[in-house]
Amino acid sequence: MLTFIIRRLLTAIPTLVLISLIIFLLLDLAPGDPLADQPLSIPPEVRQRMRDALGLDSPAYIRYLLWAKQFFWVEPLYFIDWLAGTNFADGMQRIVSWQFRAPVFDIIVQRIPQTLWVVGLAYLVGVMIALPIGIISAYKQYSWFDQLGTFVSMIGFSVPPFFSGVLMIVFFAIMLPWFPSIYDTTLVVNDFESLGKQIRQMTLPVLVLSLQTTAQLSRFMRASMLDNLNHDYVRTARAKGMTEKVVVLVHVLRNSLIPVVTVIALGIPSIFGGAIITEQIFKVNGLGQLLITAIYANDLPMVQTLAFIFAVLIVACNLIADMLYGLLDPRIRYD
Amino acid sequence: MTDAPVATVPAKPDTSGRSQWWDVWDQFKTHKGALFGAAVFGFIVLSVTIGPLLWTIEPTYIDIRSRNVGPSLAHPFGTDQLGRDILARMMAGGQVSIAVGLTAMLISVVLGAFIGVVAGFFRKLDTFLMGLTNLFLALPLLPLLLVMVMLFRETLARSFGPEMGTFILIVSAIGITSWMQTARIVRGEVLALKEREFVLAARSIGTPSRRMILRHILPNVLSPIMVSATLGIATAIITESALSFLGLGFPPDFPTWGRLLFDAIDYLQQYPERVFWPGLAISLTVLSVNYIGDGLRDALDPRIRGR
Repeated sequence: MLTFIIRRLLTAIPTLVLISLIIFLLLDLAPGDPLADQPLSIPPEVRQRMRDALGLDSPAYIRYLLWAKQFFWVEPLYFIDWLAGTNFADGMQRIVSWQFRAPVFDIIVQRIPQTLWVVGLAYLVGVMIALPIGIISAYKQYSWFDQLGTFVSMIGFSVPPFFSGVLMIVFFAIMLPWFPSIYDTTLVVNDFESLGKQIRQMTLPVLVLSLQTTAQLSRFMRASMLDNLNHDYVRTARAKGMTEKVVVLVHVLRNSLIPVVTVIALGIPSIFGGAIITEQIFKVNGLGQLLITAIYANDLPMVQTLAFIFAVLIVACNLIADMLYGLLDPRIRYD
Repeated sequence: MTDAPVATVPAKPDTSGRSQWWDVWDQFKTHKGALFGAAVFGFIVLSVTIGPLLWTIEPTYIDIRSRNVGPSLAHPFGTDQLGRDILARMMAGGQVSIAVGLTAMLISVVLGAFIGVVAGFFRKLDTFLMGLTNLFLALPLLPLLLVMVMLFRETLARSFGPEMGTFILIVSAIGITSWMQTARIVRGEVLALKEREFVLAARSIGTPSRRMILRHILPNVLSPIMVSATLGIATAIITESALSFLGLGFPPDFPTWGRLLFDAIDYLQQYPERVFWPGLAISLTVLSVNYIGDGLRDALDPRIRGR
C-alpha cells in the first residue's frame, strides 16, 4: 500500500507539471497586452521598462520557469513565513495579479471562505440527502419511492445549474420574496439575526448545487446497494436471524459505501467547476467568480494560477479516491 | 481461401428474415421512458427544423414598437426588448444548440472511439494513450474551455465570419475536451474482446490489424459507442449553453438557447417567463436524450434483450 501511494505520488508530479505547461502554453497565445490600460501619456521608454519589469519580452520558457518557481517555491515560503513568523521569503517576487496589482494568493485567500462555505456545505447537504434516498430506493426497488427518485435524479441530471438557479430566483426571490437572490459577502455574522441572514442567503445556491450532487450520488448509491443486496452474505445474515435493520444498515450499507465513498471523493473537484456557474448566478464572489473576471480582464497570472489550483484539486482527489478504495476494501490490493 | 471484400463500415448482418436491429428496436420499445424521450426529442428536432418554414417571422427582425409584448396570437411566446419574436428566436436558437450538440458529439465520439480502439488493440501505444486520457481527465475543463473561447474567438471570427468561427471554435473545443470517457469505455471493451476466441481465430488465419479492427472489433464495441454518443449530445448541449450563459458563447444576434437564457436574466424581475422557455427547451432536450441513452443501453445489451 505504501509503495503504491509513493508510486502514485511520483506519477502525479509529471502530470501536474505537464498540466501547468499546457495551461501556460494555452495562455501564452493570448492576444491581450497587460499594459494596454495604462495611460497613453507614458513615454515609450518608461513603458519598455515596465514591460521589462513584468518580464513580458523574455522567452516563453523563462516566463514559465519563473511562474513555476514562484508557485512552487516562493509562495510556500511566504506561507511558512506567515505561519511561523520567519523571513525566508524576504525580497522574493510573488505571483502578482495584473488586474488587482496584488499577490494572487492574497486574493485567493480572501475568496476561499465564500466558495468553501457555499460549495462545501452544498456538497455535504447533497451527500446527506443522496445516501438515504439511494438506500431506500434500492431496498424498495421499483416502488413508487424508487420511481420518484429515478425521475428526480433524471431531472437533476438534465436541468443545468444555470436554469435551476434562475428558476429558484424566480420562485423564491421574486414571486415569493423569502430569500435574497444576491449573496452578500460583507455580511458579518455576530448575532442570531445576522446568522439567520447568512443562512437565508446561502439557501438558494446550496439548494442548486446540492440538487446536482444528489442526482448523481443517489443513483450510484442505489446501484451499489442493489449489487450487494443479492449477495450470499445477505442471505446468511438473514438466516442467522438478524433484524432487517441490521442486515441492511450494517452489513449491506457498509459494503455498498465502498465505491460510493470514492465517488464522493472524485466529485469534489467537479463541484468546484460547477460552482463557477452557480457563483455567477448568485453573485457569490468566490473562486469561480474570480476566475471568470480574471478571464474577462485578461489577467493571465491569475487565470494560470487558478486553473492550476483546480487541476491540483482534481489530481489530489483522484489520489485520495484510489487510496480510500484500497483502505476500505480489503479485496483490493495494490502491489 | 478467398479474400473477403473489406467492409469500411460495420454492415448490418445480412440474415434473411430479421436483422438484429429489429431485436434492438423490440427491446427499446419496452422501455417507456426511452420511447417517450425519443418522441420528445423527435418533436423538438422537427419543430426547430421545420418550424421556421411555417413560422416565417425572421428571428432577427426588430419591431421596436411592439417590444416586450406578452404572449398573444401574433407572438405566442411574446417579444423581447427589441421587439423580436421569441418563438422565432427559440427555433433559431434550437437549430444552433442541437447542431452544436450533434457535431461536438460526433467529434468527441470519433476521437474517443479511435483512441480507445488503438489503445486497447496495440499494446505498445496503450501506456501513452491512456496517460494522455488521464492527463485530459485531470485538466480543469470548464476553465480551459472558457480560456480557449476567449483566446481564439477573434482569430476564428476573422477567418470564418463571427457565426461560423464561433461554431467551429465551440464545437471543436467541446469535442476535444469530452472524448475521454468514451475512450476509456471502448478501451476496456477492446481489451476484453481481444482475449476472445473469434479474435484468435481471425488472427490465426492472418487477418491484418486494420481489417481486424474494422470487421471484428468495431462492430462489437458499437453499443458502448452508441450509448456514449447519445449521452454526449446531452453534455455538449449543456456545455454550450453554459458557455453562452457566461457570455462566452455565440454573438448576441445569433441566438442559442443558452444565449437566450443569458439575455433573459437581465429582465428577470419584469418578465420572468422569458427565462422559462429556453431553459425548458434545454432541460427537455437533455432529459429526453438521457432517457434515450438509458433505453439504448438496455436495448443494445444482448444479455438483457429478449428477456
